[in-house]
Amino acid sequence: MIKLTDVTKEYPRHGAALKEVSFHVAKGEFVFLTGHSGSGKSTTLRLVHMADRPTHGEVRVSGFSSALTSAREVWKLRRRAGMVFQDFRLLPGRTALENVAFALEVTGTPRGQLHHRAQRLLAQVGLSAKLSSLPTELSGGEQQRVAIARALATEPLVLLADEPSGNLDERAARGILELFRELNASGMSVLMATHDLDLIRAFPAVRVLELDEGRLVYDSRENGA
Amino acid sequence: MTHAVREALAAIRRAPLLTALSAAMVALALFVVGLFALVAHNLQVALDQVEERVEVVAYLRDDTRSVELEIAEEEMRSLPEVEDVRYVSKEEALLLAQEQLADFQDLFAGLEVNPLPASLEIALAPGSRDPETVSRISQHVSVYPFVEDVRYGEEWVDRVYLLQRISGITAGVLGTGFGAVAALIIATAIRIAIFARREEIYVMRLVGASNGFIRRPFLLEGIFTGLVGGLLAAGLSYASYLAVGHLLFPVEWLPGPWVAGGILAGAAFGLVSSALAVRRYLQEV
Repeated sequence: MIKLTDVTKEYPRHGAALKEVSFHVAKGEFVFLTGHSGSGKSTTLRLVHMADRPTHGEVRVSGFSSALTSAREVWKLRRRAGMVFQDFRLLPGRTALENVAFALEVTGTPRGQLHHRAQRLLAQVGLSAKLSSLPTELSGGEQQRVAIARALATEPLVLLADEPSGNLDERAARGILELFRELNASGMSVLMATHDLDLIRAFPAVRVLELDEGRLVYDSRENGA
Repeated sequence: MTHAVREALAAIRRAPLLTALSAAMVALALFVVGLFALVAHNLQVALDQVEERVEVVAYLRDDTRSVELEIAEEEMRSLPEVEDVRYVSKEEALLLAQEQLADFQDLFAGLEVNPLPASLEIALAPGSRDPETVSRISQHVSVYPFVEDVRYGEEWVDRVYLLQRISGITAGVLGTGFGAVAALIIATAIRIAIFARREEIYVMRLVGASNGFIRRPFLLEGIFTGLVGGLLAAGLSYASYLAVGHLLFPVEWLPGPWVAGGILAGAAFGLVSSALAVRRYLQEV
């Protein structure tokens, strides 16, 4: 589903953010990507979402290769790989329902179905009661749920999450994790970057990859943990 | 497509002044072209009329022998550029002059000798009435020893041709200048529209909207602006045509395909300008 092969990413000013990283996330797998800030977690996710291209090596996501997918075609990959961020990135002037409906509309859902499908997605993340709330009227956890519903609009095969619980209190963070587990149970692969070790410990069955200064230093599967 | 139309209209509502300014600049550029097209078209109409009457007149010496004349007429007729050759005798010339210049009756009445020369009027075939051919034929005619003088109104045929060329070049230069300014303003309008929607564009990219889908509203906005500019320019040109007709002298309106072509050129211009701007500025957000 996601495969990095000897991936190095260098930025002209900041040097190498990733150094010869290789790993594979299978279909339906749940993986935590951890490490200190600056260790390369966000860079990895950006490469997987093809917001950036590797300097060396290859990133493959759901049949799309970083070496072969042109900038014009990246949108096709994005429909298979949903993404959520620490800061939610919702459209501030639009309600929860409108935020999700917008994603549905711009990815080709017929107008007549927008409302109904957006409602269903928000029900899936447990927000049926907050359809007409603006982002400012929602708690952090609720905003992240709207962002997740939006990421699910294209029925992706992979969900990428960059510190999704970073702005949330412990309870809300657990709630989001439970939601990811449910989505994963329905067959979706999840790659989640987090530096919250307590959260990782709370889900001991989940595979953990650890980055340190751009190098992959630990893989719980290979270490038999 | 409905999404693109809605977003384009929203962008126009968001910055109506800028849209109006863009359209006005396109209109100005096309209006300049339209005005000179009017001039060029009417000069062409005038030229066509003049050309129909273009003929070379060879005035003959009084002592021309009829045998020589017949041979010359024969030779003239055999040229492919020549449609017809007509001999006008001294008497006919006088009669014609008296008819055409009725105000000068007294002048002609007192004459004891006929001062007018006989002449050969050489009509040219269609397609052979341009200045070069006319001048070539008249040189050919002037070689005959019995030909005293040859006239074909060269000065003003040349002048009309020159005017037509000048108006074409001026329209090109001014049209290009105003066009460049219009393109810059359209690009600015598109840039502002992109900036106003940068958060939405970001989300669109995030969730996988296609590039075409993201671009379409901006391209539509450009087409709309150009189209309005084109229609405005057509209206201004028509107003000028009416004004000239009322105040100065009757002129002909432009042929339909020219007008339609001008309006479509406005739309195409708007599309190309916004496509270039979108290409450039969409990467910034």
